[in-house]
Amino acid sequence: MPDATRPMIEIDTVTRSYGDFHALDRASLTIKEGEFFSLLGPSGCGKTTLLRLIAGFDQPTSGSIAIDGQPMDGIPANARPTNMVFQSYAIFPHLKVGENVAYGLKRMKLGAAEEKRRVDEALSMVSLAGLQNRGATELSGGQRQRVALARALVMRPKVLLLDEPLSALDKKLREQMQVELRRLQKAVGITFILVTHDQYEALAMSDRIAVMFGGRIAQVATPKEIYQKPVNRQVADFLGGMNFIKADLVEENGDSIVVDTAAFGRVKTDRPRAFAAKDREATLGIRPERLRVLWDDATAKHEIAGTVVERHYFGEITHLVVDVPGMEKPLSVTETNDFGADDLPLGAKIRLGYDPDALVALAD
Amino acid sequence: MAAAAEGISATRAPGARSRSYLQSDEAKGYTLISAPFLYALAMLGLPVVVVIAHSFWTQTYLTVDRTLTLENYRQAIFEPIYQDLLFRSLWISFTVSVLTVALAYPIAYFISFHGGRHKNLWLFVITVPFWTSYLLRVMAWKVVLGYNGVLNSALMGTGLTSEPSTAFLYNSTAVMITLTHAWVAFAILPIFVSLEKVDRTLVEAATDLGDGPIRSFLRVTLPLSLPGVIAALLIVMIPTVGDYVTPKMVGGTDGVMIANAIQAQFGRAMNKPLGAALSVTTMIAVCLMAGGTVLALRAAVRAFR
Repeated sequence: MPDATRPMIEIDTVTRSYGDFHALDRASLTIKEGEFFSLLGPSGCGKTTLLRLIAGFDQPTSGSIAIDGQPMDGIPANARPTNMVFQSYAIFPHLKVGENVAYGLKRMKLGAAEEKRRVDEALSMVSLAGLQNRGATELSGGQRQRVALARALVMRPKVLLLDEPLSALDKKLREQMQVELRRLQKAVGITFILVTHDQYEALAMSDRIAVMFGGRIAQVATPKEIYQKPVNRQVADFLGGMNFIKADLVEENGDSIVVDTAAFGRVKTDRPRAFAAKDREATLGIRPERLRVLWDDATAKHEIAGTVVERHYFGEITHLVVDVPGMEKPLSVTETNDFGADDLPLGAKIRLGYDPDALVALAD
Repeated sequence: MAAAAEGISATRAPGARSRSYLQSDEAKGYTLISAPFLYALAMLGLPVVVVIAHSFWTQTYLTVDRTLTLENYRQAIFEPIYQDLLFRSLWISFTVSVLTVALAYPIAYFISFHGGRHKNLWLFVITVPFWTSYLLRVMAWKVVLGYNGVLNSALMGTGLTSEPSTAFLYNSTAVMITLTHAWVAFAILPIFVSLEKVDRTLVEAATDLGDGPIRSFLRVTLPLSLPGVIAALLIVMIPTVGDYVTPKMVGGTDGVMIANAIQAQFGRAMNKPLGAALSVTTMIAVCLMAGGTVLALRAAVRAFR
């Protein structure tokens, strides 16, 4: 069983520069044993750079990386206890499936029987049992992904690195693989580090997520915390829809702040880390699905009124744009279609209920 | 609308099918290759047929007797002089092609993996020797290897030898050196092309799975660039067997090759059928040698897996 308190990867103020450009800027991070950890961010945010530094394909300009307590300075990729699932899968085209999976085992000199046993085991782990003699070029995208996974897992690495492994799969297969990967990770107990630009993928699979922008780590937290309590506008925006609301700072006391807003009145909320109230102005955020349409004479403890100005139909949900008096920008509201949100006419006057806890203060 | 359109297309189907074949990629492909294909057929296929036909006939002074006979092949295969020449030619050509590929591979590898932005410049530089005629390049080797040549002067100048050596020129080694130099560029290009196609992520994957640089080269890069190596081997091996200019100029008596004998049969000796039989025998021999080399190479590379 993995010890979830033991640090498996310690990244200490690591910078990777190309001339004046910092692909990764003073990143510090501790990833625990057996954790499913995601590096999430837009392209060019430095997430793949960090993954390649951990794998040993690249060396930090400054700072240090330790894996399982061992400093990795100057240790080449082939001597590190990590294995990688590449974005392109990098299946050896001249080898069969079984030979691909056995590739890294060959130099361990396990003996034919033990090698075969481990290859069979790894292939059945990814539901590809019996495909040993299939040619690598005869596989579907999903199968190639599984072979890449088996080839890495068969090495029994301390850390498995996954570089956008699902991005080439279609939506259905991707969702299925998310569940499978998560299940597999729990079964083998290996630390997984996943690089992705897909926030839903990161939220669905990870124990913890590091959100990165411009070479820096913006926030490290559990999926729920990242989604519900993003530290700044950028993180909030990247993780999904968010209504930004201008607010005036009333008072600051330690861990919380009190602000006044035009539409939502006076709100007390947690003080975000790195919060700096410039000119006594603050930004609040509320997720579109945390605003509920109040039908007929239903009431809520906290409600606001507005007018529907746009309606977008998405099958199971409808996206409403609601103009609220006193607000600069209209609010986005996501509503399930159970009660007829998809039939709301433009110009309809509606009331929206909300929980004040859903309003979070955001640093810029 | 939709129904009407379907009805029209249904009635037109047979005509549309034949027209669509003419417009298909396959038909376009055949059209494109037809001119060079017919040219090749006329210029390559027919002469080969003529040569094969001659090899079964007999020369009777100025005319050719067209009764079928295997006498030419008996001479070509069992006469010790032709046996010697054929084996020497095969040996020279084999050595030259192996040497050429061995020299070309590192160059192609360097350009492909470390050429950076200057890849095209490097490839351009490789073609520079072709700006002078082949004969001039062979003459240049005479200057280098000759009795009063550059090599001898250098050796005497440094005091390594006291008098000029005749060992460098007019033997099969001189032929090999000259041919290798002449063919290296032809070998670099196919190897370079196949190395360019090797996905660099595969090399990373091999490293990730524990291979050092040498092992990942032997297990991934080399097998995946094998088509280029094979192409280079064949490009060098097949024409060098039949080369007669180089042995004539730098080979001396020790460096005479089968092509010189074939040329003599078609020329001064005036025995076209024997020349044809020697040609066909050489063609078959070089095919067998090339095939055998390719198979041996494939097996050797497979052994690294």
